[in-house]
Amino acid sequence: MAVYSTNEFKAGLKIMLDNDPCSIIENEFVKPGKGQAFSRVRIRNLKTGRVIERTFKSGESLEGADVMDVEMQYLYNDGEYRHFMVPDTFEQYQADDKIVGDATKWLKDQDSCTVTLWNDAPLAVTPANFVELAIVETDPGVRGDTSGGGGKPAKLDTGAVVRVPLFVQIGEVIKVDTRTGEYISRVKE
Amino acid sequence: MDTQKSEWQSACSLELLRLRAQTLQKIRRFFMDRSVLEVETPLLGQAVGTDPNLSFFTSEYHYPPMQKKMFLQTSPEFAMKRLLAAGCGSVYQICKAFRNEESGRFHNPEFTMLEWYRVDFGLSELMAEVEELMALLFEHQGLQPTQRVSYQSLFQQYTGLDCLDFCYEDYVAYVQNSGLFDAIALCGHDHAVWLDFIFSHGIQPHLGESAFLVVYGYPACQSSLARINAENPLITDRFELFLKGVELGNGYYELNDALEQERRFDQEIALRERLQRPAAIKDERLLGALAQGLPDCSGVAIGLDRILMLLSNSPTIDGVLAFPVSNA
Repeated sequence: MAVYSTNEFKAGLKIMLDNDPCSIIENEFVKPGKGQAFSRVRIRNLKTGRVIERTFKSGESLEGADVMDVEMQYLYNDGEYRHFMVPDTFEQYQADDKIVGDATKWLKDQDSCTVTLWNDAPLAVTPANFVELAIVETDPGVRGDTSGGGGKPAKLDTGAVVRVPLFVQIGEVIKVDTRTGEYISRVKE
Repeated sequence: MDTQKSEWQSACSLELLRLRAQTLQKIRRFFMDRSVLEVETPLLGQAVGTDPNLSFFTSEYHYPPMQKKMFLQTSPEFAMKRLLAAGCGSVYQICKAFRNEESGRFHNPEFTMLEWYRVDFGLSELMAEVEELMALLFEHQGLQPTQRVSYQSLFQQYTGLDCLDFCYEDYVAYVQNSGLFDAIALCGHDHAVWLDFIFSHGIQPHLGESAFLVVYGYPACQSSLARINAENPLITDRFELFLKGVELGNGYYELNDALEQERRFDQEIALRERLQRPAAIKDERLLGALAQGLPDCSGVAIGLDRILMLLSNSPTIDGVLAFPVSNA
């Protein structure tokens, strides 16, 4: 695997740090006019999702991580593993809920999502930014209320619970932003 | 084709080009009013600064059959001091300076420097003049009056540590409590690197929120061309200027002892060798000038691109340059 010097650290570069694959978020070159140069780097650990800050002496280097994001189709859950497929090659991958993490509540069969592979094994799963899911459970709303003020909780077919406006009913399909977990709109069938 | 088309253009707005031109005019007027002489010295020199923390660019001078290695200057300091020793009086220069391996939000390897020397000025008089120039350049920015603080009390205030007495255990305890663990492996037992690390990570970002801050009295382990303070041999007569967490300039009461200067050069050249950094050639002509006699003077260098960044609220140095190194 390639080795990268701090001068090559750019947002998105994948490197190995403390034996974990990480992604560079931001790299700031810090140099007093008279003194030692440092690279102050914000790094996301791709296994834990945690963001940490580390400082390196300018010119130090780290090993690259074999990490890539691949668009896949979510196939099904066999109870232990969730299965994904690369549409072009039909290549399949499986990941347990620990790896799929929060994405579990947005994944519907056949939907596409991004699977992050590390040494060709799933490391994380990111759902599409917007998903369309059906409401399976919510209190009956007040007819005629279209303001959406206040709202009510609604359970979706994947198990996720989001706040929706009062006028939205069981059986309706809604569009949700998975990054914020917020209701966007109703989807006309 | 579109990317090629955009690459030849400047990312810097016309407004910023004008701001630069106006700023240069104001500076020239400021010095003209004070009878400080504008000078030009070579950017390409036969010797170069020995500071182990500065990397230089080299070039080849061909004039067959002669072939000579030349250095792009990391600062015009040595040549200006030779003029001072020749008796030119107070001088200033606006020029490009070149520092290899420096690139980032606040660094471009080629940048514009304003450097001036005042004969018969002590450090405090020069600090006052820097403050006057800044007040002129930033007159419409609504800043509070400039403040001065010693490095030692600033360090004490932010970290509780004594910057002049290197107690390893105390320094380690401080970084452990403030989450700056990397310092322990990076700094080892090198006091100067510890000070650089703690100052740049834990102190500098907070300096000069609403007013210029002048920090003076730097620890002696950190300055190669300043004089040791007459009353306290642990500090030097050096100051730095900060605004909004950005380091803008560095000033010295200039060392004028040729032997002491040569000793520091040799120390730095040895250190460069130990660190396996490219060899610097000691400026014998500067040493000759110092031996002849440098007048009592103080000097300061200001990064003009950073001044423009702050005047225009530009988050990056690239934003104030016609062409940063990436599309130079």
